[in-house]
Amino acid sequence: MKAQTTLGAAAVFLLAAAAYTSLFASPPDAFQGEYVRIMYAHVPNAWVAYLAFAITFVASVLYVWKRRPDYDHIAHSATELGVLFTGLALATGSIWGRPVWGTWWTWDARLVTTAMLFLIYSGALLVRGLSDDPQRGARLAAVIGVIGFLDVPVIHYSVVWFRTLHQPASIAPGSLKIAPPMLLALMLSLLAFTVLFAYLLRLRARLAWLEAGGEP
Amino acid sequence: MKRTRLILAAVIVAGALVYLILGGLRGAIVYYATPSEVLAQGQSAVGRATRLGGQVVPGSRRWDPVTLELRFVLTDGKATVPVVSHRAPPELFTEAGSATVEGTLGSDGVFVARSIIVKHSEEYAPPQAP
Repeated sequence: MKAQTTLGAAAVFLLAAAAYTSLFASPPDAFQGEYVRIMYAHVPNAWVAYLAFAITFVASVLYVWKRRPDYDHIAHSATELGVLFTGLALATGSIWGRPVWGTWWTWDARLVTTAMLFLIYSGALLVRGLSDDPQRGARLAAVIGVIGFLDVPVIHYSVVWFRTLHQPASIAPGSLKIAPPMLLALMLSLLAFTVLFAYLLRLRARLAWLEAGGEP
Repeated sequence: MKRTRLILAAVIVAGALVYLILGGLRGAIVYYATPSEVLAQGQSAVGRATRLGGQVVPGSRRWDPVTLELRFVLTDGKATVPVVSHRAPPELFTEAGSATVEGTLGSDGVFVARSIIVKHSEEYAPPQAP
């Protein structure tokens, strides 16, 4: 329990530091002005969603293979958090798109494939809830959890493979297209959201373990 | 009761997914057509709903405050298409290097835009000191 408290305290501290750096210490953008600050909330949400579904993928494979219930608890918890952060990525993207692009939503490949990701994993949660036999529900959710992950590389490379409105990645091996003070704000936000996610995942997986009748 | 709600939610999610795949994904593979591509279609492009994207030719922006008419030219470096719009453009359009317009090409070769969407690059930097 002590590790969990430390993780929570670290998340609060890092989120406060990230908020200060994103909102005050970093400069406005030459083209977007102050709107660029929405990026420091948008990109970490999308990153944590990818991370959550990667964990769902690995835990689902392990569950189908080993049939140990704790792998299913992790897969279930990561799926719930992944859906939450995908929703937040879509919402912050929409809020960013309205002033900068001039539209809340458009049928761009990056946007459409991200909305699909939200629906695929919402479906995995529903299939789990619909099953009368919890183990059968867990197996079906694991199958969706593995196949659904195919959408993540499609989302990531959508801006390269297809002609899109959404801009490509600013941080890629050998090419950095973001000024140092803005990069610092983005990196700090990415770290803060990752630690927050680790805290929430541990908490949720423990709850799943207790719900299944596990010893506290 | 819980089961009915879950089934209802599952139907909505499945329906939305089918809608995205059938309705959205087809158009999303190629989000916009370039001026060269639109002009290469010749007369068949006239009157058809199109999304046209390109660079705004510097200095081509003309705003008439009386008729509320905005005119500019989009280019891909090879071909150009003049655009006219009667809608207020997005806030950042006045500085935008590239834009996407939704509308139809008229028989006079002028593209009538129903909406203007600003496209920005992946480069982020503070403003240069004057």
